[in-house]
Amino acid sequence: MSFISYLINGISLGSVYAIIALGYTMVYGIAKMLNFAHGDVIMVGGYAAFSMMMYYGGNPVVAVLVAIVVCTVLGIVIETIAYRPLLEAASPLAVLITAIGVSYFLQNAVLLIFGSTPKSFQSVVNLPSLKLANGALTISGTTLVTIASCIVIMVVLTTFINKSKPGQAMRAVSEDKGAAQLMGINVNGTIALTFAIGSGLAAVAGVLLCSAYPSLTPYTGSMPGIKAFVAAVFGGIGSIPGAMIGGILLGVIEILGKAYISSQLADAIVFAVLIIVLLVKPTGLFGKQIQEKV
Amino acid sequence: MKLKKVMSVALCAAMVAGCMTTVASADEELTWKIGGIGPITGAASAYGSAAMNGAQIAVDEINAAGGINGYQVEFQAEDDEHDAEKSVNAYNTLKDWGMQALVGTVTTAPCLAVAPLAADDNMFMITPSASAEECISYGTNEFRMCFTDPAQGTASAQYIGENLDVTKVGVIYDSSDVYSSGIYATFRTEAENQDFEIVAAEAFTSDSKTDFSAQLQAMVDAGAELVFLPFYYNEASIVFTQAASIEYSPLWFGVDGMDGILSVEGFDTSLAEGVMLLTPFSADAEDELTQNFVATYQDLYGELPNQFAADGYDCVYAIATALETTELDPSADASAISDALQAAMLEISMDGLTGSGMTWSEDGEVSKSPKAVVIEDGVYVGL
Repeated sequence: MSFISYLINGISLGSVYAIIALGYTMVYGIAKMLNFAHGDVIMVGGYAAFSMMMYYGGNPVVAVLVAIVVCTVLGIVIETIAYRPLLEAASPLAVLITAIGVSYFLQNAVLLIFGSTPKSFQSVVNLPSLKLANGALTISGTTLVTIASCIVIMVVLTTFINKSKPGQAMRAVSEDKGAAQLMGINVNGTIALTFAIGSGLAAVAGVLLCSAYPSLTPYTGSMPGIKAFVAAVFGGIGSIPGAMIGGILLGVIEILGKAYISSQLADAIVFAVLIIVLLVKPTGLFGKQIQEKV
Repeated sequence: MKLKKVMSVALCAAMVAGCMTTVASADEELTWKIGGIGPITGAASAYGSAAMNGAQIAVDEINAAGGINGYQVEFQAEDDEHDAEKSVNAYNTLKDWGMQALVGTVTTAPCLAVAPLAADDNMFMITPSASAEECISYGTNEFRMCFTDPAQGTASAQYIGENLDVTKVGVIYDSSDVYSSGIYATFRTEAENQDFEIVAAEAFTSDSKTDFSAQLQAMVDAGAELVFLPFYYNEASIVFTQAASIEYSPLWFGVDGMDGILSVEGFDTSLAEGVMLLTPFSADAEDELTQNFVATYQDLYGELPNQFAADGYDCVYAIATALETTELDPSADASAISDALQAAMLEISMDGLTGSGMTWSEDGEVSKSPKAVVIEDGVYVGL
């Protein structure tokens, strides 16, 4: 029974990683850049929701919506100001360094506004725990909502990418930017839309992360950000189902490793699995092998 | 060109003026300069700000009563955010200011960085609350107001064994932190002599201190009736929230790092109901000294003082008491003051907030006895 409990906790943690990893993977797939500031957008989402609930007495639903709006706007602003001027001209390294710079900028800006004292985040989920098997198994409401949100986001996002016009534009830009532009697709608009969606998802991830692990500091986003990046690579960066599966597997491995191998080695185990997967399948679980034609 | 000349003349004038003011200030009235270092912001800010507030109250009282050996005391607190590097910077800032004795540092890890420097400079230091054994091992100039980690671990195990009716005890500790793992080590050793058993011991590290679901599940599986949490309040607040979400409610037993749990912003303090901890100070004590201190503290800072505030207060009084046995005045340099204080500390016996008849041994350790408190209705109540 405790195995099932560990498994559910793992899936819950993995769902958060998966939602964050979606942001990494979409941006990479379309703009071919690693947005290392993504983890910090999550943290900003957390603070936005926290401020709404603590200082303006907003209810949780409003708080989540405000967080999504704040992060979406933030994502578009970051893309327009910091990344777009560099995407065309400079080397990929310049954009990467800029992303790290944006990451520090966000951390320090929040540090300045809210201070470094950790805030205890009140869960936005007010559901009672679910008891199964005569009380031997207790699943918290937050865990259930996290897993459910992950599934909903997965379904909606896949439908959006595959069926809608902007989704098709995204796929076209991801395959061949030049050709897409020639076909009349607004490439810059599509990239901005990708950032907007990725950042909006980051806000959801931030709220879920802080609901489950209720300590909010300016550095809250960095470790989950790194883990989610690993999840995106694990699943095959650029692939949306890959990010989902990668995230969930990573969460499960982390929790089971903690439970059955060693609670101190949990992170080392996660990275060891990543190395093994990449040795066997260098593009990740769902990554596409792209043949470069000369 | 002309502008440059004007500028350089102006700058020269400013420099001369700067030198003159320094000279002038040396003629001002002599004062004792006591520095303080602790986390005033950051994850451990409840300790640092409390200790510095407590120290400030003591300084104000001493000044109101005529100062030490007839000279007023100046106190300057620097923030280290519970970070070793920032703590060293804070130490250097205070040295530049002219510090003659140090109350600090408040937390263990920064203290381990600052203590060797203080030993090299022969700067007298007394830490209110850095509890790792090594913190004051670098020189004879280093003293301590609180218990050591080994003493806390041993005392906790003894208290649980002698006073609580539990047989299965679980432990969650931070293996990446010397404070936490140090207490756990002595707790485990002493537990062998007590009539309870450690049924589960799970660790976490500073990189994975947000998710405790696996550790808590292990406690549930092992049937732990009491869980010992030898780490700081911030992680503890997450543990309590997650335990509540899986409806696990054993007895919780913390150490001095748990003090501060009631002041975490946004934390539902009802989750901390019934948490026990060992502390040398409880704000509800009846004696006059404590009552006055609590009243002053509440007036100034609007909250109940925790033990760190009391430790900071006692540290300043220890320095004052020791200095008063010497004939020194503030014109003496820090090293001479340190030598005199070292000798005096071994002689004095002091009644403070955190113990009565406190004395110090040559290795800088204090002798006093701990007491347990429990959180009831959102306040600490003595047991």
